[in-house]
Amino acid sequence: MQMGEHSPPVIQLQDVFRTYTMGDQVLNALDGVDIEIARNEYIAIVGASGSGKSTMMNIIGCLDRATQGDYLLNGTNVGDMNEVELAQARNREIGFVFQSFNLLSRASALKNVMQPLVYRSIPRPERKRIATEALERVGLGDRMHHLPNQLSGGQRQRVAIARALVGHPAILLADEPTGNLDSKTSREIMALIDQLHEEGQTIIMVTHEPDIAEHCERVISLEDGRVNSDSLNNGSDSTLLSGPLGDVKH
Amino acid sequence: MFALLESIRSALESIRAHGFRSLLTSLGIIIGVMSVIAVVSIVQGLSYTINAQFSGLGGNSLTVRSYTPFKKQLQGRFAKLRDSDMQLIARQIDGISHITPIIYTQSGRRGAISYRSQSSFSQVIGIGPSYLDVNGVYPEQGRFFTADDDARRRLVCAVGVDVLENLEMPDDSIGEFFRIGNEWCKVVGVIERRGELLGFPQDDYVLLPYGTAKRIMGASRDLDIQIQLLVDDMNRQDEVKERIRRVLRQEHGLKSGDPDDFKVQTPEQLTASFNTVINTITAVSAGIVGISLLVGGIGIMNIMLVSVTERTREIGILKALGATRQNILMQFLIEAMTLCMIGGLVGVALGYGLGALVAAMLPGFPEAHVPLWAVTLSFGFCAAVGIIFGIVPAAKAAQLDPIDALRYE
Repeated sequence: MQMGEHSPPVIQLQDVFRTYTMGDQVLNALDGVDIEIARNEYIAIVGASGSGKSTMMNIIGCLDRATQGDYLLNGTNVGDMNEVELAQARNREIGFVFQSFNLLSRASALKNVMQPLVYRSIPRPERKRIATEALERVGLGDRMHHLPNQLSGGQRQRVAIARALVGHPAILLADEPTGNLDSKTSREIMALIDQLHEEGQTIIMVTHEPDIAEHCERVISLEDGRVNSDSLNNGSDSTLLSGPLGDVKH
Repeated sequence: MFALLESIRSALESIRAHGFRSLLTSLGIIIGVMSVIAVVSIVQGLSYTINAQFSGLGGNSLTVRSYTPFKKQLQGRFAKLRDSDMQLIARQIDGISHITPIIYTQSGRRGAISYRSQSSFSQVIGIGPSYLDVNGVYPEQGRFFTADDDARRRLVCAVGVDVLENLEMPDDSIGEFFRIGNEWCKVVGVIERRGELLGFPQDDYVLLPYGTAKRIMGASRDLDIQIQLLVDDMNRQDEVKERIRRVLRQEHGLKSGDPDDFKVQTPEQLTASFNTVINTITAVSAGIVGISLLVGGIGIMNIMLVSVTERTREIGILKALGATRQNILMQFLIEAMTLCMIGGLVGVALGYGLGALVAAMLPGFPEAHVPLWAVTLSFGFCAAVGIIFGIVPAAKAAQLDPIDALRYE
């Protein structure tokens, strides 16, 4: 298993539990997860709904905290962070891409991309310059001043990707990035994400679509809050895609 | 500072995005501030004018008048100032000049006057020769009284222009006779016009020489007069006041525990009671406005709460992008404050306009005057309302869990 022999892991989950209590029922959404992710990996997290992949996504994205166990982000234990440090971690280390784009509807594409930089106290002209570059990088240099509802789904997701990347985060966290797109646009977006990976971006993607997971180099499959399989997707391990993913397909 | 500027920018964008709603939201504030500014501008305009008129009296004048406490009035024992008091002051106090008695005709201080078939009522005032200089009124036609008129108690008078109009006397009335009570009186002078104040004419009065006035009212009666005088050296005004007080107390035979049965007043003191009324009106209107700002504030809180719910997802996104609780709190708080402040700004402008309009439409009304403190206070109040009523929605927004907020539909 490749763990990035030279650079230290970006993400280390050590025996992580996330427990929800509903009345007298205790539910382990994550049930002892151990994962290490190195810099420049391209990872798919797959699993059926309820398998805990969203919970893991939230924990990796510093939106949620583990009930038990340690999460080290760039060597720092997230469990020890206060609210402000968590927000800073989200701002600097994580770039989110969501299935439903989650753009600020009243702000133009440019302003959406500028927004994360506000929380870094970067002056406005500088923000504008950096955001413009990010939008040009995803091929939207000519639609910067459009509002989200004036853009197509693919374009919106490009804006979201530009926004996620504008602060040069350690990790790009994509949650079903093609879930709301047609197949042609999905291919375009995946091509873009592939390209970002080639440029050196660490990418973690949650998906239940096998052909999307195929893009990734490593696939982590979750089932009932545990890692079911964790394998490289270099074609040598063909059992992977017929396994848990097959169940999800229907 | 950076965060503050960013919050203001985002607040303005949000307000602009919901233009009509923002207008409706801040309407309560607008109306509240508008009414306070309108009322204050009118009342202060009034106060400004009246104070300016009193200052025409000259800051160095003193007025001595009798004063009977209410309890004594009930007993029917009225204090009085008499000629002898004036002569005593003139004789014993130095550093004063232009001392003049003033006597108002009895019974409501209005005297019946008539000319040919016209009759009217007017304020009839008996005065000494120095009255003109102390009060700054001068005849525009004819002459004023001489010491001789006073000494001989001649039935001559100087009248305000309204008296001529009320009695339908000819334009050139010098030398004409009209009746005051039962006496025929010759017009020797017409005093220049002072105009109206609050719609009340300021030119409806008859001036008589002091001696003549006493004669008309009955020379043998024990009349109550006022004494007006000028202090030569402004810096010694308090000293002079105190000496007059001592002389009069002694003259009136007051014991050390007794209260004064007279008052020595400066022009400022004359305006003080008026200003008390003005301040009361201002305070009452401020109270009413306080209530309307409260209502406006509740309206803003209501809309902000709705807005927080409506923008739950946006808040989730911002948190995912790295906004701290404090960032979100600031953003919503500043938005509420900005709404209030804009409301205040519009309110001040409209209120000033309204005040000016009302002042312009009422005849004889002084020009509206908005003091800086009223504007500052209004803004301060608006900001406070914004903070007080913005804090709950803002805290609600800040406390939202990012995961729940992102999932919110």
